[in-house]
Amino acid sequence: MAVTHATPGAEHPVAVVRLEGIEKSFFGVPVLRGVDLSLRAGEVHALVGENGAGKSTLLKVLAGVHRPDAGRIVVRDEEVSFAAPRDAQAAGIAIIHQEFTLLEHRTVAENVFLGREPVRRGQVDRRAMETETRRLLDWLGEDGIEPGTEVARLSVARKQVVEIVKALSADATVLAMDEPTAALADNEVELLYGLVRRLRDRGIAILYVSHRMREVFDLSERITVLKDGAFVTCAPTADLDTDQVVRHMVGRPLEALYPERTGVPGAVRIALRGAGNERVRNLTFDVRTGEIVGVAGLQGSGRSAIARAIWGVEPFTTGTVELDGVPTRLTGPRTAVRKGIGYVTEDRKGEGLALRQSVRDNTLLVRRAACRGAEARHKADLARLLGSVAVVARSPHQEVRYLSGGNQQKVVLGKWLAVRPRVLIVDEPTRGVDVGAKQALYRLLRELADDGMAILMISSELPELIGMSDRILVMREGALAGELPAGADEETVMALATGHGAAA
Amino acid sequence: MRARPRLTGGTGPVLVVLLVLLVALAFAGPAYAEPSGYLALLKRAAPLVVLAVGQYFVIVSGGFDLSVGSLVTAEVVVAARLVDGDDANTWWVIALLLGCGILVGLVNGLITTKLLVPSFIVTLGMLLVLDGAVFLWSGGAPRGALSPSFRVLGRGSAEVPVLGQLPWSVIVLLVVVVAAVWFMRGGTGRLLLALGDNENVVRLAGGGVDRLRLLAFVLSALLASVAAILLAGFAGVSAQVGDGLEFRAITAVVLGGVLLGGGRGSVVAAAAGALSLEALFSLLNLLGVSGALESAVQGVIIIAAVAYAAHGAGLRRMLRRPVLDTV
Amino acid sequence: MSAVREQVRRRSGAPARARTFVITPVVVVYLALAVLLVIGSVLVGLHGGVLLDHGGVLNILTRGTVLGLVAIGQTLVIVTGSLDLSVAYLVGLCSLVAAETMAGSTAMIVPGVLAALAVAAVVGLVNGLVITVLKANAFIATLGVALVLRGYLEHNYTGPAGTVPRAFQHIGYDRIGPVPVAALLMLLLAAAAWWYLRRTRTGYHMYAVGGDVDVARLSGVRTGRTIVTAHVLCAVMAGLAGVFLAGRLGSGAPYVGTDAGYDLESIAAVVLGGTALAGGRGGVAGTIGGVLILSTLDTIFDDLELDSFFKDVVRGVVLIAAVALYARRRTAGRSA
Repeated sequence: MAVTHATPGAEHPVAVVRLEGIEKSFFGVPVLRGVDLSLRAGEVHALVGENGAGKSTLLKVLAGVHRPDAGRIVVRDEEVSFAAPRDAQAAGIAIIHQEFTLLEHRTVAENVFLGREPVRRGQVDRRAMETETRRLLDWLGEDGIEPGTEVARLSVARKQVVEIVKALSADATVLAMDEPTAALADNEVELLYGLVRRLRDRGIAILYVSHRMREVFDLSERITVLKDGAFVTCAPTADLDTDQVVRHMVGRPLEALYPERTGVPGAVRIALRGAGNERVRNLTFDVRTGEIVGVAGLQGSGRSAIARAIWGVEPFTTGTVELDGVPTRLTGPRTAVRKGIGYVTEDRKGEGLALRQSVRDNTLLVRRAACRGAEARHKADLARLLGSVAVVARSPHQEVRYLSGGNQQKVVLGKWLAVRPRVLIVDEPTRGVDVGAKQALYRLLRELADDGMAILMISSELPELIGMSDRILVMREGALAGELPAGADEETVMALATGHGAAA
Repeated sequence: MRARPRLTGGTGPVLVVLLVLLVALAFAGPAYAEPSGYLALLKRAAPLVVLAVGQYFVIVSGGFDLSVGSLVTAEVVVAARLVDGDDANTWWVIALLLGCGILVGLVNGLITTKLLVPSFIVTLGMLLVLDGAVFLWSGGAPRGALSPSFRVLGRGSAEVPVLGQLPWSVIVLLVVVVAAVWFMRGGTGRLLLALGDNENVVRLAGGGVDRLRLLAFVLSALLASVAAILLAGFAGVSAQVGDGLEFRAITAVVLGGVLLGGGRGSVVAAAAGALSLEALFSLLNLLGVSGALESAVQGVIIIAAVAYAAHGAGLRRMLRRPVLDTV
Repeated sequence: MSAVREQVRRRSGAPARARTFVITPVVVVYLALAVLLVIGSVLVGLHGGVLLDHGGVLNILTRGTVLGLVAIGQTLVIVTGSLDLSVAYLVGLCSLVAAETMAGSTAMIVPGVLAALAVAAVVGLVNGLVITVLKANAFIATLGVALVLRGYLEHNYTGPAGTVPRAFQHIGYDRIGPVPVAALLMLLLAAAAWWYLRRTRTGYHMYAVGGDVDVARLSGVRTGRTIVTAHVLCAVMAGLAGVFLAGRLGSGAPYVGTDAGYDLESIAAVVLGGTALAGGRGGVAGTIGGVLILSTLDTIFDDLELDSFFKDVVRGVVLIAAVALYARRRTAGRSA
């Protein structure tokens, strides 16, 4: 089907798809301002840019979700206009979203052919579906997946493969992948690399959207950079280096991003002694007042599991936790809050905010949930709280879903500061936050530490971890692999995290 | 931050609807030329408003309570049999009814939270159980009678300074609405809204999610008991007294712009929705529309209300200008 | 979030093993039915009767026929992630349309049936369009339509109306051995609905829309059309139930559907049969099991000469218990 007519080859420099001068505004706010993009058969083309640069809008234009206000979409030298995702699909363009578009309780084959089930004598030809699915899986070299398996039983990486097969079965010759590694464990990332390269070798044009410079440079032939909705540059990857790309993305140097380490660590505030559960084992470390301790580690290394264990969602089953020298049993969120621990989770929308509630109600949420006290006093404190985290909103009554990522994160922080925690755990504090707000958040965290808070910062972004932490704990396979002082370099952290090379 | 009174999102439209209906009533019927007409309307509407307020708590926290109609019937039948026309029995029976309400709410809430059964099914089951149990106990037809002192709450009036004669049911209605507004402005009320919006957030913030849900069901059932007492006094004893009330209460809440599924809507709007519904029925009555068509009109109205809520949102957002200022 | 993912990954780490015997909700339902029949037989036996004699089987199947018809339709709607609260009034309406069109004339049997089904289809279409075009919540939309139907019925009818010719009344009473013809027809329709859900494209799409409407839309499924189709089919099944009841009663009756509570009862049967109220999984086979459980319960109570109200209580308890059981199995691995 799809794959047979895709002409192989980097020797065909003709663009399969060209976007020319695409413009798009929402409610009068320009989001795309004349963006060009061309995709060739058999190339991996990276699309990079900061949050808000317009990448996802561009993807949606390509997918037929949004119609551009101006500009042309040219598919194989023919100008087209997409009224709906269906039209883009018919033109051979498929988008692999971060959230999978799979039905958990249907089989692999049923998902692959969803919406295009072959019909024979009035009923769905299930045998044909399974055969074709198996053929495509074989073609991709993925023989570990059975077409008859329920999707819910597959791992995240395999679901992604199913997603790709689904696109291919719809005759896709252009695949746009939006942050495809975001949900993957590191060993799965390697598998994805292989898959992307095989797709490329078989003549598929791939648009690869990612924040992660390493992936971009590992995989792509060309890179297009967007900034503030405008096209900045498009150049062969070989002609660029990471610094150049970052400079194109940000448009200014980033030296002053991280605040100076000013504080002096004080007494031990929280101490883990041989703590463990089914995810992590034998953790022994301290966090002192006034210091920011970073936690590094690959996805699945138990990085976030530490936070969830301290938080009592999946409590420690062995070892002890001491708070200010007192052994403490942390059995659930309520206990943790009352013991003075705050936890900014990684999943802001799913676990951090009640999106339809107001800035005020979200800020006071923890206080109301876990503490007793006069409502009037809560409200009196609100202005001070919102001021301290510098939230920009129309009013305290604005619903938080209308705020930017950065402001939402500030509200989450404010909600914890409302209970004056002594320990603050932050997991991926700047995910989905633009550079300006990042800087503000970094400064805020440092100020909190200087005021005597003990901060445990978990992050997958090494530059941020290195820039912020007074010490870095490195996790590997559920255990502590080592501890590094402030200013350690990325290679050393990675070496410890992966277990390759000599540890520092 | 401004201190001026603010309407929670979605309250506006239903108040406009209510106002229009009230004005229309004044034109349609001479009874509404003076306040007593509206007072009578309030008195009629009291049970439904109280029920709607109760239903609001459950809906806003993300559930359904289908059991309130049968709870009302059950309690009216039980009251008639236990009071048996004797004034001496009035007060302990009222206490018993409120207690039964709390018990039913607890059972609804516990099964929903502990056994993880969707509240739609739990309260549907409770509906069947209550329907069956009461008639089993009463032998199929209501027996006994209410005492005069019991009926005072539903039909009698109290002498209130300044205002003069005020029906008891209107007083109860005002107390319930004011208490509900006060509750929803407080911490627990806000948490209930947040719970309907995103359960995870409340749980991770250390909130007692199960306890909050339980509270919502208990409040709903308790208020249903209050409504039952009012209704018994007002309308008398019959085995059909609570028929369809659960749907009527849900209609009222939805008419008030409260989102099914939870997380959005104000209790004032829910109460206003109930009052609008009752005003509408009065209006139809005055205009000579047969009582049979009442439900047809109710049907059209709720569809229109929900369709408006679904489509009006985009419209409103376009009108709202994104002006930023620092808080 | 990542914690949840890690968990999922660990759970699905092992390669899918060869298909073993899985205890699906459908199996549970029929096991429960078998257990109920055994217990019922014993109880009725102690009471000096026989549950599964000629009359007993006839009783169970007859009771199950109408509820079965309605519940089959309700299954389609619930699988699609919707709900239909208007079926009870629709049953009454269709019984009237059929009986009044026939007006005692044998020649009018076919037009009568067709008219009733056409009315049903229109009501289903309205339900579907209100949900898809006006974007009203299914609960509210069908409740609204139910109220409109009720208003119409209350306004125009006070009691039974129309006459069904004797020839058509046979459908209510004819039987092959202990099995009523109507019950056979119902089971045949159940089989057809099973085939429709499991083997046709629209059936596939119903599961998809119920599973995740956005995924379905992004995959090119015409979601609106699917939802409307489900509602029309559901209404037509309710219409058939109405026609059948007209045949049994000899005339149309406005409240024949609501008196039996077919709206909530059919939802109960579907849920009892293991179909998730949220949609996307489940099916007709379980529903028929659920219907048979409910009608067997009724028959046992009859045989035991128990108060009919007692059966409502038991129904409520059975419903909650069954769903609690499914919820427990499904969320065994729920993280806090």
